[in-house]
Amino acid sequence: MDFAIQFIINVLSLGGAYALMALGLVLVYGILKLVNFAYGELIMVAGYTLHLVGGSPLPWLVMALVAVVMAMVAGLATDYVAFRPVRAKSVTAVLITSFAFSTLLQNGALLFISPRPRSVPLPEIFSQSVMIGGIPTPMRDIITIIAAVVLLGLFAWLMQKTVLGIAMRAAATNFTMARMLGVPANLIISSAFAISGFLAGVVGILWIGRIGTVAPGIGLEPLLIAFIACVIGGMRSLQGAVLGGFILAFIDTTLNYTLSQDLLKFRDAFTFSLVILILLWRPDGLIKGPASGQRT
Amino acid sequence: MIEVKDLYVSYGAVQAVRGVSFTVADGELVTLLGANGAGKSSSILCVAGAIKAASGQVMLDGEDVTSANPEAMLRKGMATVPETRDVFPDLTVDQNLTLGAYVRRGDRKGVSEDRERMFDMFPRLAERREQAAGTLSGGEQQMLVIARALMSRPRVLLLDEPSLGLAPAIVDKIFEMIAELKAQKLTILLVEQNARKALQVADRAYVLRLGEIAGSGTGQEIAGSTDLDALYLGG
Ligand SMILES: Nc1ncnc2c1ncn2[C@@H]1O[C@H](COP(=O)(O)OP(=O)(O)OP(=O)(O)O)[C@@H](O)[C@H]1O
Ligand SMILES: [Mg+2]
Repeated sequence: MDFAIQFIINVLSLGGAYALMALGLVLVYGILKLVNFAYGELIMVAGYTLHLVGGSPLPWLVMALVAVVMAMVAGLATDYVAFRPVRAKSVTAVLITSFAFSTLLQNGALLFISPRPRSVPLPEIFSQSVMIGGIPTPMRDIITIIAAVVLLGLFAWLMQKTVLGIAMRAAATNFTMARMLGVPANLIISSAFAISGFLAGVVGILWIGRIGTVAPGIGLEPLLIAFIACVIGGMRSLQGAVLGGFILAFIDTTLNYTLSQDLLKFRDAFTFSLVILILLWRPDGLIKGPASGQRT
Repeated sequence: MIEVKDLYVSYGAVQAVRGVSFTVADGELVTLLGANGAGKSSSILCVAGAIKAASGQVMLDGEDVTSANPEAMLRKGMATVPETRDVFPDLTVDQNLTLGAYVRRGDRKGVSEDRERMFDMFPRLAERREQAAGTLSGGEQQMLVIARALMSRPRVLLLDEPSLGLAPAIVDKIFEMIAELKAQKLTILLVEQNARKALQVADRAYVLRLGEIAGSGTGQEIAGSTDLDALYLGG
């Protein structure tokens, strides 16, 4: 019983973080049919912003807010610098520019801050524990679960009930038709990047909250996680990304619990093998999503 | 009014439209006829801004709008019903209509009145307002696409084969609706497979063949002088 509670909390908190990461990636992919390789660096930007404002007397929540806003700004910058100038020209060009932008941000951090991990300010609550069912549970897991529930709910509301959200979903299935109804392409794409940056910012703070430090390469793992979660869930569907995030967290957590100490360092190899099995069974991912239109 | 001058549209090496010129005056209903592959849809999509012209000019009310963005064309009052029946499949009927009114979303009262008008016109849609558009039958999807285009309250309507694949009773209804829109002084450019019906409602017609204009005249002139069956066999 104790074990079950602990396991469920682990899966939910890891899955919540994975799901938010995947959502930020698939949102832009859905509309542009392009993977934003600079996505991980949005998390890095949130981390370094938190590090830089760390010395200030601001309350922590304000610092966190500044970090999230900076991640959104970095998301918008990705659109303006890497995507917009070459978007209409070729897919390859955008893949390269988004890679280049990612490298640029990383090298900026290496050069102007430090190649070594830097500490970020975290409120006390991140290192506290509560007793749940007789088991000490880290507060940051509970915070992650709450944040995931709130953000997923907010996101669902945005996409279901607001005209902007409906327009974004329409643009993801048939961008040209959406534009023929007067939906401005640039507004939709910028909104997608801003929301993507928002999700990366929040998840970045939660992610860094687990480690306590930020380093230039911190974005790589979240990018990979988000990408794999999207592939499992189906690149064409938002629900798929969320489902994929939780499945990946379930696999990771199960392996953490069952693998022996020697095998644990090969956990990712086990994870990837399972992902390959899922893809052999469902090559398009678990959720198909609507037949999507052409790239624009 | 719409004025197309010496328009060329290409898809890579394929020249779909080769030097087409035509005009549609305010309040006029003009139809484009021609065999499959004659370049009718390409012409319409180019006027709507959805594909770029290789050369030539598109004018709207004297303003050069060649290769403008599709969203800009809608803002200028031009709505398009493409032949590909592009409903947004995972959005509900209601949400599809909401998007049709995207540019006038501030006018909540007007939008909800128009929505009810569309439901009066197409009661089948009213029964299915909360249903995902992808689950509608082909004919219902066609009704939805037309209703969605009208939600923007356009001045100019481009209709690409609105009766395609519909049952005869519904086709009659669509043509009644087109006649009614015309009576309301909407400017309409209509592409139709059903040439007889199109010529009955049209003020003027152009015949396209292999990407070029092969003839033009009033509805009666074209109906009288052209072998309509041959027109659609590629003659
Ligand atoms: N996306 C495309 N890529 C390549 N060629 C195309 C494309 N769209 C149309 N074409 C070609 O352009 C020509 C004109 O096509 P268009 O769709 O304009 O004809 P249409 O008159 O509308 O025919 P239909 O009556 O069958 O709808 C055709 O030869 C077609 O094969
Ligand atoms: Mg056509």
